[in-house]
This record gives sequence, structure tokens and C-alpha cells, in this order.
Amino acid sequence: MSIHDFNPTEKKDTRSGFGDALYELGKEDERVVGLCADLTGSLKMNAFADNFPDRFFQTGVAEANMIGMAAGLTIGGKIPFTGTFANFSTGRVYDQIRQSIAYSGKNVKICASHAGLTLGEDGATHQILEDIGLMRMLPGMTVINPCDYNQTFAATKAIKDWEGPVYLRFGRPSWPIFAPKDRFEIGKAWKINDGADVTIIATGHLVWYSILAAKELEKEGIAVDLLNIHTIKPIDEEAILASVRKTGCLVTAEEHNRFGGLGEAVAQVTSTHYPVAQEFVAVDDKFGESGKPEDLMKKYGLDVTDIISAAKRAIARK
Amino acid sequence: MAELTELKKRSSQVRRDIVRMVHSQSSGHPGGSLGCTDFLTALYGEMMHFDPQHFSMDGKGEDLFFLSNGHISPVWYSTLARSGYFPIAELGTFRALNTRLQGHPTTAEHLPGIRMASGSLGQGLSVAIGAALAKKLNGDDKLVFTLHGDGELQEGQIWEAAMAAPHMKVDNLIATVDFNNRQIDGDVSDVMSLGNLRAKWEAFGWKVLEMDGSDMAAIVQTLHEAKSMTGKGYPIVIIMRTEMGQGVDFMMGTHKWHGVAPNDEQLAQALQQLEETEGDY
Repeated sequence: MSIHDFNPTEKKDTRSGFGDALYELGKEDERVVGLCADLTGSLKMNAFADNFPDRFFQTGVAEANMIGMAAGLTIGGKIPFTGTFANFSTGRVYDQIRQSIAYSGKNVKICASHAGLTLGEDGATHQILEDIGLMRMLPGMTVINPCDYNQTFAATKAIKDWEGPVYLRFGRPSWPIFAPKDRFEIGKAWKINDGADVTIIATGHLVWYSILAAKELEKEGIAVDLLNIHTIKPIDEEAILASVRKTGCLVTAEEHNRFGGLGEAVAQVTSTHYPVAQEFVAVDDKFGESGKPEDLMKKYGLDVTDIISAAKRAIARK
Repeated sequence: MAELTELKKRSSQVRRDIVRMVHSQSSGHPGGSLGCTDFLTALYGEMMHFDPQHFSMDGKGEDLFFLSNGHISPVWYSTLARSGYFPIAELGTFRALNTRLQGHPTTAEHLPGIRMASGSLGQGLSVAIGAALAKKLNGDDKLVFTLHGDGELQEGQIWEAAMAAPHMKVDNLIATVDFNNRQIDGDVSDVMSLGNLRAKWEAFGWKVLEMDGSDMAAIVQTLHEAKSMTGKGYPIVIIMRTEMGQGVDFMMGTHKWHGVAPNDEQLAQALQQLEETEGDY
């Protein structure tokens, strides 16, 4: 498989991957319950709510209570999936997640939509860019940020049988569909392209932009080793190290603050085992603002051209 | 039904355990623990159905209890140990390094009897609602009990949960409020008044009972009354009037013993007032 295999014609929002998979899980496993804080339509949880009303709990605009209820539902063997925007799934309820879920070791799946800048017009109050960091810091928390509809669908299905708390982060905009639906494994990177000049490691919506960047770089004679890290914790150290040992330099790309996110997680691996020059494509410690998703990605330095120039800078630092 | 005299004997021993545990590490919360001793004793000794020898996290077919005001862990640890959940001698490890009896209750150390960490206040009612809903989904007719501090009711999450339980018709849940009107900084009515607490719960859709938390007979009677009201479409809350430090005269009538341990002399003075009925740990 290489970057040339990806010429998607279909687009869909990643949140629909979550909603469609949750509905399937509802059919497959009676232990699966859903909770939502007044955003059923936005989270695409309608199919689950309509078909399994006994196992769906509308909590109203009360996220702290939703998180606590989810923790309680595990006592008795349920597998709760909570749904609200990423900001209200993490920052608003950090202490509830910390004590009632993470420290208590509860098998809750915290599913969060509208993460990052691509939320668009609602602006900074809703565009959380710190959530990966918040969730990574909690002992025992698994953190997954899928890149398209297919991967979000596959991740949603996979976390049901993954014992322990999970933070699943996805988004609002319609996005190209390109990932394989049947080859998702929690904690295992997806190798998208082989190349010897520079490693690009991307997560979430930035994976598609990284494929586009790699195609452009190839035209200039630069071969990219492209990895998709969807599971930011536990991270696939082996795949990261194998790649940087070959290329000797690295770009990370994520729709998140450069503090706390994928870039730091990867840097911790390389700086410990095989230090290489790294460039960070990430938001530079800022809050977002209102605007169209694509315009915001440009303004905050997360566009295809930003990945291309970061790759060139990384190569120059070898 | 357990004899009241037996429950009172258990209470006295639990109170001895509490002051000794807190004294041993010069750390912990004796005031609220002593105030809720009769309640916990009656709950585990009279009301709840549970299997301490075969503790399971899911607790299917058992009544469940959640201590939301986790800082009164000494009274819970003593009650659990004396109910057969773990060796009584382990009470001597309270708050020491490598103990299962952490300062605030946790599942992380796998202490039998505990199903949720608590300490950061306001979270237990939400958890209890979830556990009660799981029981309904499982066709399990046993009940879920909780205990909350009155100061804890200042946390917003409590009222999110208070709104949810009647709406969702969680009628297998009996919450109790330890209403001693004391919190760390002073009287609750001075720090942040709860106003008409009964009216608040009623306005949210709960059935409210009141009882004297230092009268064992009243506690047993009220708990039975509360149980008889379950399964009728609404949650139940008991407002339990208590005295912080109950049973030890110099710890009563003040908020000062919320989180302060007695010294050697004070311990001796306290133990003189509490009969050793079941043998100290």
C-alpha cells in the first residue's frame, strides 16, 4: 500500500462512523449502553437511542452526572458509551473522569465529537485543543483519535472489547474516506507509505492532509515514511522507532495544541530510544476562533503546505 | 431483625476503632465518622443484603452502598471489617504506606466492599444512579444506598444527579444526608446555607424522610420505612440529623474535629467514653 492507493471520492463525518458502529454494537451486545448530554443528533446516536430506548440514557445538559452515571453502570457489567462534544467530554468533567472512571478503573468509553478547529463556526469555547493531553495524563486511560469514517467505525467497534477506560476522539466535518475498515488494531500504527527521507506521523483529520503532503513531496523527490498513529496511548513505540531509524527525522501532525498531544507522545519515545530532529505541525499554544474549517486549518498552521514545509525543515536538520 | 442492643454494641466498638485508627497515623476525619456510626452500623447490621466472603465488583443480587463523602472512611472501614469483608486487624494499617485502607476509599487497592473511589466530593449520587439503573436492566431487585455530607451538597453535580433520579424513575435508590450542619470552615449555615433542605429535595421530585442519626431505634425504623417506599417510581432521601463527634463529648458541638486526630491523652479520654464490646483490633 502507498499514498497512490488513496484517491477517495466519498466523504463523511467521523462522528457518523461512531454512530453507525454504536448502533451495530447495540444489536450485537446487550451490555452496551449509551449516554448522551443533549447532543444525540450531533453525536449521531439517534439510531442507538431509537432502537434501544431501555439502554439509552438522556442526561440533559449535565455532563458531570453523565460521567458518574456511566461509571456506576459498569457496576453490574454494562459497557457504557458516553457522547458529547470533546470539550464537555474532558475539560468540563476532568475530575469526574479522574476519580469515578480512571482511578476507579471503570470500563467506560468516553466518546467525543467536534474535537479541534474543524468544529468551525462555533469558535474557541467549543474547539478544544487540549483534550488529548488531558486524557493522556490519566493513568490507565487509552486515547484514540481516528482519521476518517472507516477508522472511527472500526475503533468504536474495537473499544467495546478493550477492557478499561477509553477516550475516543472524533470530529464534525465531512472528510475523505480512505482508511481500511477491517485492519484496525488498538495500539498498532497503520503504515500508509514507505519512504527513506522523512517520517511523518499523523493522527485524526491530519492524516488525510499528510497523504496529500506526501504526494506533493514525492513530486519533489522526497520519499515520505507515513504512519498513522490513531492510538496515542498506549503508543506503538516499535513502529515509530523502526521508521525514524530509517529516515533519521520526523514530523508529527495533529489537530491539537503542540503541548500534550501526539507530538509530545512521539517525542517521548524517540528522545528515550533514538533521538531525531522533530518538527511539530500543531496549534501553537492558542485558542481557536470562528471560521470555516479549511480556513481555520490554514490560519493555525495545520494545512497541507504546513506539513510540506515542516518535512523540509526536518530533513534540513538531519 | 438484629437486636437494638447488639447494634448499639457494634456502634460502640466501631467508634473505638475510629478514634484509634485516626490516632494511629495522627491523620484522618473522626468528627463525621463518629456522627455516622449508628447509621452505618444499622445499614450493614440490619438493612443490607450482602455477601462479604465473596465480594464481587458487580454485586449482582446484593444491596450496594456508596460512600460519597469519602473522608469519613474510618467509619466505613471499621463497619466493613466488622461485617466480615476483611480482617479486623487490617484496620491498624489505616493511612499507612502500602495499605488497602487509603485515606479516602479506593478500588485501586482491591479492598473488598468498595466499588468506587470517593474523596473528591459530589460524585457518589451520580454513580449510585448508574448502579441502580444497571440493577434494573439486570432484573436485580436489590437496592442501592448512598451517604452524603451536608457540606457536600454544595457541589453542583449533586443537583444534576438530584434532577436525574426522579426523571429516570430511579426507585431502587435510598440516599442519606449526614445533616450535622458542620463543615471544615464552620457551620454549613454560615459557610453556604442549604436553605430549606427538605423542600429542595421535594422540589426535585424525591420522597423525603427525616431521622435522628444518634437514635438507633429511629434509624432502623426509618430505614425500613424507606425500603417499603422503594419500587414506586421515585427515589428516596433521608435527611439524617447528626452531631459531629457523636459519642466523644469533647469532639461534639464544634466543627474543629472534622479532620483532626486526637493526641495520646485525648485518645485515652475518648476511649473511656466508649465501651469495648467486640474486642479492639
